[in-house]
Amino acid sequence: MGRRIVVGPFNRVEGDLEVALEFEQDRISAAYVNSPLFRGFEQMLIGKHPLDALHFVPRICGICSVAQSAAASMALAQAAGLSPCENGRICAALTQAIENLADHLSHFVLFFMPDFARADYAERAWSVEAVERYKAIAGSARREVVPARTRLLETMGLLAGRWPHTGSLQPGGSARPIDASERLRLYALLRGFRAFLERTLLGDALEAVAAIDSVGSLRAWAAAAPRGDFGRFLRIADDLDLWRLGRATDRYLSYGAYLLPEGPLYPGGVWDGGPRPLHLDAIAEDVSHAWMGGDTARPRDGSTVPMPDKPGAYSWCKAPRLAGEVVEVGALARQVVAGHPLARDMIRHGGSVAARVVARLLEMARTLPEMERWVMRLQPDEPFCAEFELPQDADGVGLVEAARGSLGHWLSIRRGRIASYQIIAPTTWNFSPRDAAGQPGALEQALVGVAAGADRRAPVSVQHIVRSFDPCMVCTVH
Amino acid sequence: MNLLWLQSGGCGGCSMSLLCHESADLFGLLADAGIEIAWHPSLSEASADEVLDQLAVYERGEQPLDMLCIEGALLRGPHGSGGFHRLAGSGRPMTEIVRSLAQRARYVIAVGSCAAYGGITAAGANLTDACGLQYEDHLGGGLLGADFVSRGGMPVINIAGCPTHPGWVVDSLMALSLGQLTPRDLDPVGRPRFYADRLVHHGCPRNEFYEFKASAEQPSQQGCLMEHMGCKGTRAHADCNTRLWNGSGSCLRGGFACIACTEPGFEEPGHPLSQTPKIAGIPIGLPLDMPKAWFVALGALSKSATPRRVRENAVSFRVEVPPDSSKPPGMKP
Repeated sequence: MGRRIVVGPFNRVEGDLEVALEFEQDRISAAYVNSPLFRGFEQMLIGKHPLDALHFVPRICGICSVAQSAAASMALAQAAGLSPCENGRICAALTQAIENLADHLSHFVLFFMPDFARADYAERAWSVEAVERYKAIAGSARREVVPARTRLLETMGLLAGRWPHTGSLQPGGSARPIDASERLRLYALLRGFRAFLERTLLGDALEAVAAIDSVGSLRAWAAAAPRGDFGRFLRIADDLDLWRLGRATDRYLSYGAYLLPEGPLYPGGVWDGGPRPLHLDAIAEDVSHAWMGGDTARPRDGSTVPMPDKPGAYSWCKAPRLAGEVVEVGALARQVVAGHPLARDMIRHGGSVAARVVARLLEMARTLPEMERWVMRLQPDEPFCAEFELPQDADGVGLVEAARGSLGHWLSIRRGRIASYQIIAPTTWNFSPRDAAGQPGALEQALVGVAAGADRRAPVSVQHIVRSFDPCMVCTVH
Repeated sequence: MNLLWLQSGGCGGCSMSLLCHESADLFGLLADAGIEIAWHPSLSEASADEVLDQLAVYERGEQPLDMLCIEGALLRGPHGSGGFHRLAGSGRPMTEIVRSLAQRARYVIAVGSCAAYGGITAAGANLTDACGLQYEDHLGGGLLGADFVSRGGMPVINIAGCPTHPGWVVDSLMALSLGQLTPRDLDPVGRPRFYADRLVHHGCPRNEFYEFKASAEQPSQQGCLMEHMGCKGTRAHADCNTRLWNGSGSCLRGGFACIACTEPGFEEPGHPLSQTPKIAGIPIGLPLDMPKAWFVALGALSKSATPRRVRENAVSFRVEVPPDSSKPPGMKP
């Protein structure tokens, strides 16, 4: 075996992350991903009143907080046999979409781009500009991006009381009715965010970006005008060939996003060389390399029992598998499954760092115009929350799409209390350890083959690959 | 002053909330107040070995450390090992690193209820043996001990809240940097008094419903959330309804009860969080400084005096009965 290094803490991911890398002949030959923090939300919830989940689960994660709320309220609604009212569905879709757009923005500018301002790239033609604009904390982009994000999240002040950690999302809809004046304020805030995206981030009309249908037309579009931060990224991506860096399994999962009365905006499913149906019963969590007791189990039968001294384990993260296979989740998966032509063209030769980043920007351009229409569909004189009674004994599943991918909650209520609560978060999929068959998780696969750096430290491309997944480590183990 | 921010047993939500600060340029504002961010897990360039090297410099005292901000609870388990969170790349328990840095830091700041008291991470059976920096729930102790005083002569500054309001964090850091925060400015559980000497009840838009005990019974209804829906706003120390969230929000404005997330032990109140516990129909959690008999008597009186407008609007999601406009105020009777 060649040399081995342990890399961590990774920052600009949400939470803490460690990756062990093994090298053979100056290439990474194996990667081992460790999620080093365990808190135990699944145990905390057992024995509690089912509605307590609405206060606990958002606090799993400060960046996917609403996605966690939405999954819990959906699981509770299913358990109660309840269909949320139309206003309630629209409010739930809006709050989830706002969180996802805010996350895409902060990921791109604050978490991902600062690595191009590193001294490693001082010789590149774009380095001076990258340092000026994206240098961590000091870069000029923050002066536009952070206030734009803050203004966008003012919609949460109206729709959800606050962000993160709202209690507005309910099984029957939303606890926060919107009146006619507030509807206009929401619309105005979204239009303001559109202006920022079009002027600063994307450099074109959202509809024009959403209409880009291939990698070829993306290049032509980028060559025609400066195209803001998107254009800056594309020039760097071409120069560093980020289109061929960080390929994982090329198998994608999405639960479907933004469940409106007429159906989800982005339909869910599986992509494995072509569209495949999703069989929920094919999802199981393997614990062979996690510091967890028990055996491979479907989430409705699963448990979470920490075993800190378990031999052979190297992470607190379980390894979810779909019919035994590793899948990737996230904006790229969501847009591939939903059938966007650019997303599908970007993975023609395999997924990549560039494809994951472009998919997020594409998704912002696609989603915001829909959100503007959703706001105007809110009916102030119609109810926002259906009344409901919780059953004494029932099961429910809540499946949503957080910014960084598919999030599922599996809930069992017995004698009026939570008897079981199992969560599979997006980064649980992407950053899972090996399973009993020895299959590495998606990031573990994506790192193999990367060229070693000049010194003992990890090459900077490892930073790009890790962050291209927009990992959320606090959700991963929860 | 330099500022080092570390995260352990929490969700990162206080950092995310901080980015929602209302200023036009948050980092510029902090820099202008003399605060230099030495490292923050969500914001800084340095990663992996670069961070571990920097921490070692502070631990060995080779460079002074002014502000140590900790977000998230400290996980002492399993079996006192701290193994539920070993800092990536170091193999060391976060509890050990925080203990060592706290001895060097001029000020130690708990950002959020987890770092202050244990918070949500300590809920249930507290499987991870989570605690705060200087408290475990409302009891002094925690990771650093009840008697801990940092080099700058302060106990741990507990910016409690789940999450923290960005204004609480920015104002606390600015006050420290500008020499305006002393031990007298903290309340008995270590919170800055500028926000903890207020109650969430102050400025609550449901105040008229509270006055008449006109109560909501279901989510989305406009009435007071204290009688049935679990609201603790009359007892929770914070200025959430006068210093609003995300522009114009607060929990009450979002339609859900205050669960007193700035209080030690809020995570395990002994009852479902969205239900008000009652004895003989009377909520047991009445305002702290009001004689119970008076409260009950006034409640009965105000209920019988409730205008139809307030009574009907309380159980509706919209204004069913608008205020009477037949006699505009200011006109001659």
